[in-house]
Amino acid sequence: MKRVHCNLEFCVNCHLCEVYCTLAHSPYNDLVAAFKGGAHPEPARLFVEERRPASFAVQCRHCDDPYCVTSCLTGALYKEESSGRVLYLQGKCIGCGTCLVACPYGAIKRRMKPDGHFTIVKCDLCPDRTRPACVEACPNLALKYEEREQMNP
Amino acid sequence: MPRSLMQPEFLVQRDKERCIECKTCVRQCGFGVHEYEEARGVLVSNDSECVSCRRCVVFCPTGALQIKKNEAYRENSYWTEDRLRDLRRQAEFGGTLLTGMGCDRTYPIYFDHILLNASQVTNPPIDPLREPIETRVYIGRRPEKPVPASASGCGIPLTGMPMQVSAEVPAAVSAEMPCEMPKGAATVELGEMAKGPTTVESGEMATEMPPAVKLEIPVIFSAMSFGSISKNAILSIARAAASLGTMFNTGEGGMHRDLEPYKDHMIVQVASGRFGVDPSYLNAGRIIEIKIGQGAKPGIGGHLPGEKVGEEIALTRGIPRGSDAISPAPHHDIYSIEDLRQLIYTAKEATEYRKPVSVKIAAVHNVAAIASGAARAGADIIAVDGLRGGTGAAPKMIRDNVGLPIELAISAVDRRLRREGLREKVFLIAGGGIRCSADLAKIICLGADAAYIGTAALLALGCHLCHKCYTGNCSWGIATQNPYLTRRINPELGSQRLINLLTAWSHELKEIMGAMGINAIESLRGNRLQLRGVGLPENELRELEIKQAGEAM
Repeated sequence: MKRVHCNLEFCVNCHLCEVYCTLAHSPYNDLVAAFKGGAHPEPARLFVEERRPASFAVQCRHCDDPYCVTSCLTGALYKEESSGRVLYLQGKCIGCGTCLVACPYGAIKRRMKPDGHFTIVKCDLCPDRTRPACVEACPNLALKYEEREQMNP
Repeated sequence: MPRSLMQPEFLVQRDKERCIECKTCVRQCGFGVHEYEEARGVLVSNDSECVSCRRCVVFCPTGALQIKKNEAYRENSYWTEDRLRDLRRQAEFGGTLLTGMGCDRTYPIYFDHILLNASQVTNPPIDPLREPIETRVYIGRRPEKPVPASASGCGIPLTGMPMQVSAEVPAAVSAEMPCEMPKGAATVELGEMAKGPTTVESGEMATEMPPAVKLEIPVIFSAMSFGSISKNAILSIARAAASLGTMFNTGEGGMHRDLEPYKDHMIVQVASGRFGVDPSYLNAGRIIEIKIGQGAKPGIGGHLPGEKVGEEIALTRGIPRGSDAISPAPHHDIYSIEDLRQLIYTAKEATEYRKPVSVKIAAVHNVAAIASGAARAGADIIAVDGLRGGTGAAPKMIRDNVGLPIELAISAVDRRLRREGLREKVFLIAGGGIRCSADLAKIICLGADAAYIGTAALLALGCHLCHKCYTGNCSWGIATQNPYLTRRINPELGSQRLINLLTAWSHELKEIMGAMGINAIESLRGNRLQLRGVGLPENELRELEIKQAGEAM
């Protein structure tokens, strides 16, 4: 399946992938509104980690045999057979954080919902777009959305 | 230290309404202007460090940033802000002012006072989309008159021959006067560079030409060394050159091993520092260029500070890590045209006469005579670098006050070489300030065979002309060796930008030529009838050898 691959050599640590991820998952079409329109902007589904000079965008690898799905206590996380994406059901997730511990990439984060309960955030590969927003936003072609034999970047 | 009298040159203006505090500006600025204050939770900008490279402006996703000129000095049409700022800086620091890229002073731009011609009715224009227009040129020495082999050893390479120069006739011409061609089948030799006989048998000629390299477009990437610019920038240029069918130039810093795949499109430069020069280097490229001078700093050498000489550069240049890479102002073995000839022939000997040798000179007041000397010394190619040529570092007073505009320089060199019967022997490259395809067409009409582009190429890669190359902090990842910054040039993207640029120029050049009714660069070269001057005094028109706009053919 097609995955987002980050080229460590050319990631410029701009974090624009995070910015545009937030926009893609927000109810607004405008960046300023996406960040300032509501009380809490949507968190980005991928995270740029840095240890200068290198930086790297970390996101769900949508593993073939995902540990997060196996570990999920409530069955909220599942692997969609048709697309290969690893997704989760908002209603079932209790925000326990077991998947965070199980994920070998650290690609899942936890956040508090407006109602005070916890839930997870993770990459969904932008199902409504032909290419994920982060890949489109990358100014240096460090992020690529393509099929590769090796799953890891 | 008492309070500095310096004022920030630029002011960073942040639109708080639009700023989403993503901190992209903080991470992108190479000069440390933007900072996020954790305690107060606000973004602040240190204006005095801002060089207006606009990396933050381009990368700010919401367009919240603007860089404005700071009007810190009282207006004075004589003591301009630039003068005041430089003076104050020197009064505080007491050093030579350094700068980067090309001269940005307001000298006349002759390109902008020259208009091109087009065909109407009496001579039809050509539509480049429907009829072929040739932008291909061959860079190298042109073949001289065919000389029969029977004519007592004519055409033997001038290996080690003493220089034969009379006042008017160049060595190569006096050494081989054309002899009579026998009728019918004959064996002839071509020029001093011929390696073997040229045979004419039953009407078919098996010609061995002097070494030459094909260029699909008359634009070559000029010399930018690994050290002055990053490896990724060089790789972008090399890939683009290979894809476009033109050449790039290693500059004086030697050849990085990653350039191996592109060596068929490489000009190897030999400058006064002789970094990384050995027989394998000379043989690696297609052309050897001996750099005598650079348009941005004629008469000045180079100095790559030791801090920039990391492992890769040290390996490429063949010098110890951390040592300053100093290129002396002169070549210490060249103090005359005769000495230059020795180096040219040393390079030719080392490469068995298989590579054309270029001599690059800066456009200075006596440029025509110097070019003539270089041609007589055996140069196959002469590159002239004009006043607007760029640099990684130069004393500001030199960059801004020494040299000649390339338009005048090329015109003078072309005229001199024509008058001395040398023009047809050498290939003339013009560099230093070619901004667009119209400039390219104009400089070819003024006598150049092809143009060098350096600044234009870097602009395509992202350069915003902040003139701070010498600091090594280039936010665009071009003029830096800092690994956090060099990754900002992705050769995949960079080469595509350069390919796009030159493909566009190529289309435009064809349109310009087609409009003139000209279908080959050969017919455009030195074709001053296609040029007219507007707003130029008579002596400048004379110097450019062009007519006043309004004058007919």
